[in-house]
Amino acid sequence: MTVDATTPSGKDRPTRSILNDPKFRGYLYQGLTILLLVGFVYWVAINTIENLQRANIASGYGFLNGRAGFDVGQSLIQYSSDSTYGRALLVGFVNTLLVAFCGIITATIIGFLVGIGRLSHNWLIAKLAMIYVEFFRNIPPLLVIFFWYSGVLAVMPQARDALELPFDIYVSNRGVAFPRPVFESMTQFTFYAFVLGAIASFFIARFARKRQMETGQTFPLLPTVLGLMIGVPLVVFLLTGRPLSFDIPIAGRFNLTGGSVVGPEFLSLFLALSFYTASFIAEIVRAGILGVSKGQSEAAHALGIRPGLTTRLVVIPQAMRIVIPPLTSQYLNLTKNSSLAIAIGYADLVAVGGTILNQTGQAIEIVTIWIIVYLTLSLSTSLFMNWFNARMALVER
Amino acid sequence: MTKMILAALAGAAVMAIGTQAASGATLDDVKAKGFVQCGVNSGLAGFSAPDASGNWSGLDVDYCKAVAAAVFGDATKVKFTPTSAKDRFPALQSGEVDVLTRNTTWTLNRDTALGFNFRAVNYYDGQGFMVRKGLEVKSALELSGAAVCVQSGTTTELNLADYFKANNLQYNPVVFEKLEEVNAAYDAGRCDVYTTDQSGLYSLRLTLAAPDDHIILPEIISKEPLGPAVRQGDDQWFDIVTWAHYAMINAEDFGITSANVEEMKKSPNPDIQRFLGVEADTKIGTDLGLTNDWAVNIIKAVGNYGESFDRNVGPSSPLKIERGLNALWSKGGIQYAPPVR
Repeated sequence: MTVDATTPSGKDRPTRSILNDPKFRGYLYQGLTILLLVGFVYWVAINTIENLQRANIASGYGFLNGRAGFDVGQSLIQYSSDSTYGRALLVGFVNTLLVAFCGIITATIIGFLVGIGRLSHNWLIAKLAMIYVEFFRNIPPLLVIFFWYSGVLAVMPQARDALELPFDIYVSNRGVAFPRPVFESMTQFTFYAFVLGAIASFFIARFARKRQMETGQTFPLLPTVLGLMIGVPLVVFLLTGRPLSFDIPIAGRFNLTGGSVVGPEFLSLFLALSFYTASFIAEIVRAGILGVSKGQSEAAHALGIRPGLTTRLVVIPQAMRIVIPPLTSQYLNLTKNSSLAIAIGYADLVAVGGTILNQTGQAIEIVTIWIIVYLTLSLSTSLFMNWFNARMALVER
Repeated sequence: MTKMILAALAGAAVMAIGTQAASGATLDDVKAKGFVQCGVNSGLAGFSAPDASGNWSGLDVDYCKAVAAAVFGDATKVKFTPTSAKDRFPALQSGEVDVLTRNTTWTLNRDTALGFNFRAVNYYDGQGFMVRKGLEVKSALELSGAAVCVQSGTTTELNLADYFKANNLQYNPVVFEKLEEVNAAYDAGRCDVYTTDQSGLYSLRLTLAAPDDHIILPEIISKEPLGPAVRQGDDQWFDIVTWAHYAMINAEDFGITSANVEEMKKSPNPDIQRFLGVEADTKIGTDLGLTNDWAVNIIKAVGNYGESFDRNVGPSSPLKIERGLNALWSKGGIQYAPPVR
């Protein structure tokens, strides 16, 4: 048996202390480090629990089912002072998502425009883009928020003398009020038509792409899609007798009443985060484009591809591979920076959580909820962007 | 590796110190460090606000000085930690401050679940509303549809929601964490109504661009007994903080002021003699863990309650608030102190 064969040879070797075995020592140190770390975390946790008990502070997450008792100014979901603390946190979370989502989209659009603008051959455009980037990149995001809140929106006229824009839009220091569409019966048919148009467009686009790959024939995609997604729903809308009216804002005793209002808190946070992050995205885009070898665009020109198509079909797809990873960091930054909302009173997760923290005194519980939510949000964004990056990466054949 | 152990030990040491400060005898801690650390409002004229040279003054500041005078015989042995409505409670819970004198409303929840103790009330307040005169509002019941500025995480915020709900009024809350931000928003016209404790409204009105353009509505919608809070589990310190206030009330009752306190020591009245610690073999201070002249020290430092009120929020101050509920019980108010004996 193997045991018999190996045992004598083991005895023959000169005896060495196991401590001198580098492999064993490696495991030993790693094990000790983990033990110490776990011990430290355990000790902190036990110490916290003991102190809470000694100070007679109630702990646990049961308070989330209690009646909140306070109102929140901006809410996308149903909420009143009779709702629970948990519901209030959800309102804050949805508000955080909203501002982060809108901010990411706008920042990306501005960022790409400015980034490409900086490389423009037009002197004025290039310099304007440069000034934009250097201005917003070099001031703290909190100041950008204050700039929009106190510098731009707070100096708008009072609600009673609101600035009137076309289409019954009113701008005042209480925000932007605009007519709210009221959907009457039969509106759903217009909506169905739009959905059907969108689905049809998707398949036509796939077909057109396939045909172009195989035969080289192009397809007038844009007019077709516009016709399907706007034209057809419009016809249905007119046929069903225009079932849509608007709730128009009217000056009340204190505020404009009726219509929809987007508050200055959301607007300033959204604009500030978009403009601030866009300056970083612009630099990332510029780096990405410059990172594509000049030979690529020269080759495209040599093949007779027009400059616009060269940028769109040759340069940008290659630049994207450089752009996406740092872009992810910027999206994460924007999401996290949205917690600065507290400075201007936008009811985001941190602001609402802070109120609950103070009303209930459950500091540790609220802070753990904050950490878990932001971690989940950031990790999900990362996962999505990694997936997107994998899709865009160079496919090696 | 060694570095890691050192870091862990350093962390452990910091935590251990934190633990010690959060429990045990606060009086010993205070005596050892040589000053009283008070949590105060970051800026509420009349209660606690720093002047141009950084000296704090106000009713709550006087309270803190009274505690220092009782402990050390020296009212300057104080340090102030300006706190927002949100971080005041963690500051007290963690032991960062020894006593919270920050116009804090005494409520059941704070007295129990938060682990604090309240007893003395140095200002009886109630929540009110302030609006622009131009709106021609005469009563809070006309405020339906208004945007209301309020500080987050306060009892004010909860009372507001309850009051508007109970009266079936609509409103749009505009909420900020810091008092300064609420002031700025109201002054800029972001909201129509400002709500907080009525004393606070008088104080804040002075800081507005045009104080005369604003009126305070007659309605008072809540009970707001404001007083100092300490951590539970240290009865001796709780007694000292409580009796510092009672000493000021008793002094006003006896007619003892910062000016005449030395003369009053010679008073034949046995109550006054006992109160000022000049009675033979008295234990009036040592029972509290202080010296027998603790009340004398308080009165010398900040005067009696009436003097402090008058100087900070009353007729001699820009606020000019009436005594009202805060007059002595013998003069129509509800400020009352148990006897010193």
